[in-house]
Amino acid sequence: MSERQVPTIYPETRFYWDGAKAGKLLLQSCPACDKAYFPPRPFCPACGSRDVEVIEASGKGTLYSYIINQLPAPGYEPPFTVAVVMLEEGVKMVSNILDCPPDPEALILDMPLEVTFEQRGEIAVPQFKPAGGAQ
Amino acid sequence: MSRATVAIVGAAETTKLGKVPELSQTGLHADAALNAMADCGLTPADIDGVATGGHDVAEIIQYLGITPTWYDGTSVGGCSFITLVRHAAAAIQQGLCTTVLITHGESGRSNNRSHRPIFPSMQQQEFEAIYGPLVPPSRFTLPVMRKMKDDGLTEEQLAMVAVVQREWAGFHPRATMRDPITVDDVLNSKMIAYPFRLMMCCLVSDGGGALILTSADRAKDFPTKPVYLRGNGGESAEGPMISQMESFSSSKAFRVSGKAAFESAGISHSDVDHLMIYDAFAHLPIYGLEDLGFVGRGEGGAFIAEGNTRPGGKLPLNTNGGGLSYMHSGMYGMYALQESVRQMRGISPAQVEGAKLSVCHGVGGMFSAAATVVMTTEEQW
Repeated sequence: MSERQVPTIYPETRFYWDGAKAGKLLLQSCPACDKAYFPPRPFCPACGSRDVEVIEASGKGTLYSYIINQLPAPGYEPPFTVAVVMLEEGVKMVSNILDCPPDPEALILDMPLEVTFEQRGEIAVPQFKPAGGAQ
Repeated sequence: MSRATVAIVGAAETTKLGKVPELSQTGLHADAALNAMADCGLTPADIDGVATGGHDVAEIIQYLGITPTWYDGTSVGGCSFITLVRHAAAAIQQGLCTTVLITHGESGRSNNRSHRPIFPSMQQQEFEAIYGPLVPPSRFTLPVMRKMKDDGLTEEQLAMVAVVQREWAGFHPRATMRDPITVDDVLNSKMIAYPFRLMMCCLVSDGGGALILTSADRAKDFPTKPVYLRGNGGESAEGPMISQMESFSSSKAFRVSGKAAFESAGISHSDVDHLMIYDAFAHLPIYGLEDLGFVGRGEGGAFIAEGNTRPGGKLPLNTNGGGLSYMHSGMYGMYALQESVRQMRGISPAQVEGAKLSVCHGVGGMFSAAATVVMTTEEQW
């Protein structure tokens, strides 16, 4: 099996991947809007302000939606779950669901999840798993 | 009283649809273009505007030997051609050109091409693709479980979309899949990306299509029955990262595009005799019906399952069988337009008796973009 894809990292997103390497899920937030956003960019997508800050997410989220993928992807053994996680900070991001079978019986929408990190070579990829080792 | 300013006078698909291994993608564009020019008695010398999506418009211009004063290469996925209809109409209205050729060609099945049709999204690749959703069946489907929970959409309702559209495809000799199917057939077909089975996913085909537009004043000089544009249509975009959709139960791009098209045409939903909603997957007609306002939020699945859009129903939808049964080259929007034109000309194999107004709505990418146009048989309204 070939290796899982690693992201091409750009200058504006370097902090996110550096954070992941240190075991932190970093987001950005606009103080004026009092709102977190994702994916990274050096300005607020709601108001256009460049006055934004990096925040560490709590790492808690819920299962917002998902598919169970039967199609091939490098480094993945189908079936596997591709999910959208709703973070506590109110932003959505894609993740696999680790430590959980790719089965509708186990994938309950809105179930609590927590962040973990998957190592792909030098890169740490944020991932989610059932909170508190449930399932 | 309003008067049409632009009309579609030429329309054709490629000579063959489905499997066309003997033509390159450029060749599919040209085959469709030559057929559309023949349809209305024009040659490349008569064309002064060219538009296409997913392929370098300049290559199409050179290949066909056209000297344009206007071109447009908007490439936002399958609805690009619907978008280009309204862009072409605006160009004609502004006097930038007089006679526009819009071409589509895509070697989706045989892959006789040098590139994929949509620009890769840098952020989609960095933050979504690394988790494995690499192809449309595992990306476009991501919001649907949320909609099922929030709106009560069911797997059986999704299956009924495919069943009803197959009924329409049965009328079309050129449709790829014509044999009737049942809900059980759909639910028992191969699992692709739960909850999506194979028969809820579009075909993968070779083909093309082309349209020729000119001013409504000139339209009567052509041998074909003019199909008039009513209003300016609509378009919008939300972006290629499907995980960042504002709502997973409704497409903002659909809502904005549809509202603009309806308002510009000055029509209400009861004026619509015929409807095309680009169906790359079975959920799209459901989102489309709701987001265009034909039904309320959460009512689209039941509306189709109850038979309202099937042959004989009150709102004929996707009367060529759609991307699920007619064909789907990858950027299907051109074929939705072609069926709207056939319906307005009164020549569809699945003709809706007396249809005077058709709405054609498409998606680009995976809920990334949208476009809507309104066609009519009437020069004045």
